[in-house]
Amino acid sequence: MTDRINNWTAADDLTVENAIRRGATRRELLNMLLMGGVALTAGAGILTRATSAIAATPVKGGHIRAAGWSSSTADTLDPAKASLSTDYVRCSAFYNRLTYLGEDGKISMELAESVESKDAKVWTIKLRKGVTFHDGKPLTAKDVVFSLKRHLDPATGSKVNAIAKQMTGFAAKDDLTAEVTLANPNADFPTIMAIHQFMIVADGTTDFSKGNGTGAFTCKVFEPGTRSIAERNKNYWKATGPYLDSFEFIAISDATARANALLSGDIQYAANMNAQTSRLLEGKPGITLTRSAMGNYSNINARLDLDPGNKAGFATGLKYLINRETIKTSVLRGLAEIANDQPVPPSNIYYNKELKAKPFDPEKAKFYFQKAGVLGKKIPVVTSEAVTAGVEMAVVLQQAAQDIGLDLDIQRVPSDGYWSKYWLKAPVHFGNINPRPTPDILFSLLYTSDAPWNESQWKSEKFDKLVLEARGTLDEAKRTQMYHEMQRMIAEDAGTVIPVFMGGIDATTSKLNGLRPNPLGGSMGYAFAEYVWLAS
Amino acid sequence: MNRQILRLVSWRLASAVVTLLIVSFTIFLATTLLPGDVAQILLGQAATPEAVAGLRKAMHLDDPAIFQFMKWLGGLASGDLGRSYANNMSVATLIGDRLANTLKLAAATTAVAVPLALTLGITSAINRDTLYDRFISGATIAIISVPEFLLATLAVLVFAVYLRWLPALSLVSDTQSFGGLLRIYALPVMTLTFGVSAQMIRMTRAAVIETLNTPYVEMAMLKGASRRRKVLWHALPNALGPIVNAIALSLSYLLGGVIIVETIFSYPGVAKLMVDAVATRDLPLIQSCAMIFCVGYLVLVTVADIIAIVSNPRLRT
Repeated sequence: MTDRINNWTAADDLTVENAIRRGATRRELLNMLLMGGVALTAGAGILTRATSAIAATPVKGGHIRAAGWSSSTADTLDPAKASLSTDYVRCSAFYNRLTYLGEDGKISMELAESVESKDAKVWTIKLRKGVTFHDGKPLTAKDVVFSLKRHLDPATGSKVNAIAKQMTGFAAKDDLTAEVTLANPNADFPTIMAIHQFMIVADGTTDFSKGNGTGAFTCKVFEPGTRSIAERNKNYWKATGPYLDSFEFIAISDATARANALLSGDIQYAANMNAQTSRLLEGKPGITLTRSAMGNYSNINARLDLDPGNKAGFATGLKYLINRETIKTSVLRGLAEIANDQPVPPSNIYYNKELKAKPFDPEKAKFYFQKAGVLGKKIPVVTSEAVTAGVEMAVVLQQAAQDIGLDLDIQRVPSDGYWSKYWLKAPVHFGNINPRPTPDILFSLLYTSDAPWNESQWKSEKFDKLVLEARGTLDEAKRTQMYHEMQRMIAEDAGTVIPVFMGGIDATTSKLNGLRPNPLGGSMGYAFAEYVWLAS
Repeated sequence: MNRQILRLVSWRLASAVVTLLIVSFTIFLATTLLPGDVAQILLGQAATPEAVAGLRKAMHLDDPAIFQFMKWLGGLASGDLGRSYANNMSVATLIGDRLANTLKLAAATTAVAVPLALTLGITSAINRDTLYDRFISGATIAIISVPEFLLATLAVLVFAVYLRWLPALSLVSDTQSFGGLLRIYALPVMTLTFGVSAQMIRMTRAAVIETLNTPYVEMAMLKGASRRRKVLWHALPNALGPIVNAIALSLSYLLGGVIIVETIFSYPGVAKLMVDAVATRDLPLIQSCAMIFCVGYLVLVTVADIIAIVSNPRLRT
């Protein structure tokens, strides 16, 4: 059926599948395809295929070998220390969280039956009954208190120590009720509990090499830097899943080697393929590509306290000069969504749809650069291979700049040390930010006056106040309105240009089904193992 | 064995021990020069200074460096390699399996590469300047010039992806049967053999040609020794010293230099372990790995020297 369409690739199939998942109707999609020059019969065929890919029923059984891309001897099964995708995959298989962030960006309950508060300050966590750890110990409020409290102890080495600091009081009210008190009201508390590091471990655990959690799989083998083997938890408390009998997880750092291993059938799952390797895999029989989370981005930062960013109009000029469409289609080969210069991605429930991206308009850009008085001057722009697609984006920007007489001097510096030497420091430089579950975390990490990673040194008292106010607001409508306003402020005033949100691609054997996007990152927020199933 | 040989050998062994001590100190100096420490790396960029300081204290990283080094050296002397900073596992356990894997791969490569290199080297020396010799010389130069990662990737593309004869990954978990064992070692051994044999072939050829040109071999020929006898009995023992040295140098590379092969085939060897250790500033692991590489290298070179000493006809009485 697809033979009649020119240039129709697996990536386009993915676009259609993702559109269906987001709730687009058949009619809307057919219209979209017709406008794109696809014949009605062919379009209907595409839709049938895409719908059936989503609708199939899971079956139980089977073993897969899956490969991530980063692994070292620092691999850990301690959720508090988890830092690499490899850790996230393993921890997500062995442990559970109190809450879970779904693909729609909404919070659902996992180990908790409810997480509630009247004032957003004192939170009552009611736990599910009948959940047991792998070693048979039943889950109680003491485990929750122990798991959360550990993050405050420096000796734990928790990655989320800074976020955990707002928790000041812990109490196990009874077997299944825990209470957490925050220093200041924070309505995001239930979402924060969905972050990987806040997974629940058994009270008093000091040896984490066994992966003793309440999760869908039990740990059979764990060799840091080499591999792990997980087996299905026969007593898993959820009625559905996991479907796989077992899975082995390894890491193959080289993307080409990962693609080759998938093609030769050595692995059934290759996470995080880049644009080049996914083109190689596209159209190969027996291989399926799945597009995941769209929350990470690479951006251009003009520090507003240094020349030339301190000249009014310079940052705005950049926002009009960046050709988002070219970056989306050529640099990232369609694996991206146009972004509007603020960090909250469209998958987030607080995303401001009204806020449009600035169009590519060299004339307008020229006007602003003239205003800033930078035309004809040489302006250094620091980029590096360390920034995903950073070098390519810089070249796109440089070419557009040449046409209007702006001389951008692209300085490509080594990856090693980029984040400590150039990022946040050079007057105009590139950055790269991973998805975060809530606008509050993104804003307080990147945009408040005291944010540790305030990339453009943008300071606004009004914004700081709004962040605090929204954090303590339980009224959803009011909160949404505030977050919309904050996104507008960032897009207009901050010195950060966010051209697109980037997608990740996971490549699998076509027999593996059930992979879906998730706002917490690629590979279904790294929790794919619990949800995928192998067709017999 | 006469006294002179014994004296030479024991001198050789003593210098090996002294080298080890010097190396251990150099490793210590080099690791203290690495920027950042394990606490910083474990906590990542989002870490607050207080969190880093707290973890540092909890891990006893505040102790003076020289004190930590002496502790490690003392442990080493009593056979205790300490615990990894990164994951708190015993360094001996971490290295144990990986080292066994590396040695297996090295042994398999040696078993293939050394006989192959000796045969090709000797035959091309005997048939000097023939078409055969020129072909071997040309091929070895061509192979030396191809980077290993390209060889490995090409081998995977041809044998694993297109022909589907061999697996693209060399996972030791797949070694239940002998057939499985052969299959998983095939590609890495092939890649490594290409890499290490070329050097050995060229050295062997040169050494044999040199001795074939010496007067005593000419003498043997005049006395009517056969061609085979001339090479195997008269020339080869005298060429053995340089050949064994070339073999030792090539093989020492198999201990620590195979990082590319380990990466492309996901083979869990000790080279990748060392790279990980440096990336996480895991000092006990870095130091132990470096010592192992050094010991391996010294053993190979010392054995080669001893063979050269023992096989030297001039020292035989």
